[in-house]
Amino acid sequence: MTKAPFEKLVEEHGATVLRVCRAVVGFHEAQDAWSETFLAALRAYPQLPDGANIQAWLVTIAHRKAIDITRARARAPVPVDEPPESRSTVGLPTAPDPLWADVAALPNKQRQAVAYHFLAGLPYQQVADIIGGSADAARRAAADGINSLRRNYPRTQQEAGSR
Amino acid sequence: MSTPETDPAAYLSALYDPDPLALSRLRDSLVGAAATADLIDVAYRTIDSPVGKLLLAATGQGLVRVAFDLEDHDLVLVGLADKISPRVLLDPRRLEAATRQLSEYFDGGRTSFALPVDFRLATGFRRAVLAHLPAIAYGHTESYSQVALAAGSPRAVRAVGTACATNPIPIVVPCHRVVRSDGSFGGYRGGPAAKSLLLQLERTTARPPI
Repeated sequence: MTKAPFEKLVEEHGATVLRVCRAVVGFHEAQDAWSETFLAALRAYPQLPDGANIQAWLVTIAHRKAIDITRARARAPVPVDEPPESRSTVGLPTAPDPLWADVAALPNKQRQAVAYHFLAGLPYQQVADIIGGSADAARRAAADGINSLRRNYPRTQQEAGSR
Repeated sequence: MSTPETDPAAYLSALYDPDPLALSRLRDSLVGAAATADLIDVAYRTIDSPVGKLLLAATGQGLVRVAFDLEDHDLVLVGLADKISPRVLLDPRRLEAATRQLSEYFDGGRTSFALPVDFRLATGFRRAVLAHLPAIAYGHTESYSQVALAAGSPRAVRAVGTACATNPIPIVVPCHRVVRSDGSFGGYRGGPAAKSLLLQLERTTARPPI
């Protein structure tokens, strides 16, 4: 079993890693997290054992990069103008769905569990390996996160209910 | 009936937008950062040519592989990842000179290539054979036995055939100029039609009809 060309990893997992980064560090800082994740992965790729689970490996790197970015943000807050009163979509290359902001507002563990299980598709045991704690705790955190998103996002609930 | 496991995934569907525009920008900046950090061990691109789509790949030392369409470019990339390094990225910038010179060659305006090449995919006698090939002038041919003689092993005619058949950098390293002593083309990595086209191109360009 040999390693795939790195280009294939970007092709196959780029979208998933972007979703995960958007969920974990926020829609706008996700770009930095994505770039740092893939650059670190490229650096380490030759040493990755053959047959490793690429998706779990990339999500683990993204998790660490997200922690770095969040810490750096806490240490050196960037001054901004008055925050907008409502969610603005003007000037954004793609208007983020308002659900992203609700995800960003979740407590850390819940946000990570939702991202790694539901957005990256990792089983709870792998989620637990990344965020710490047991698989059951990861399952509960993901469920709590989803319940909280449901409460905050009634529009989607209505759409789901009308099906 | 949806289960609690599948229902949330549907509920989160707004977050599954693949956003190809953002991804393509991110990919480009990743390649730029990777090049700056010297982390691209093999850069590649594909070009269209009269002999079909060609894959060009280069290491930091030079052009390491030219592959014809019928070799299956995906398989060629897997081979490069295996033999050289899995740090393989699509990066046309490292292949600008090769692209330009090949285009000039196919237009008939270039009779030799001035490109750094990396022969690491050929070893020993095969490499000695390949090193001799650029000495066969544009528009000319040599037989397998002439090449064997020039490479210092006059009896290794069959090995010359193998070296040409496995030339990792065809066209640029002109194994197409090696033909059978009876004048027939002999085999070619890009297929007999490609070899015939290249020889025809060189004949007409080197000796334009009066």
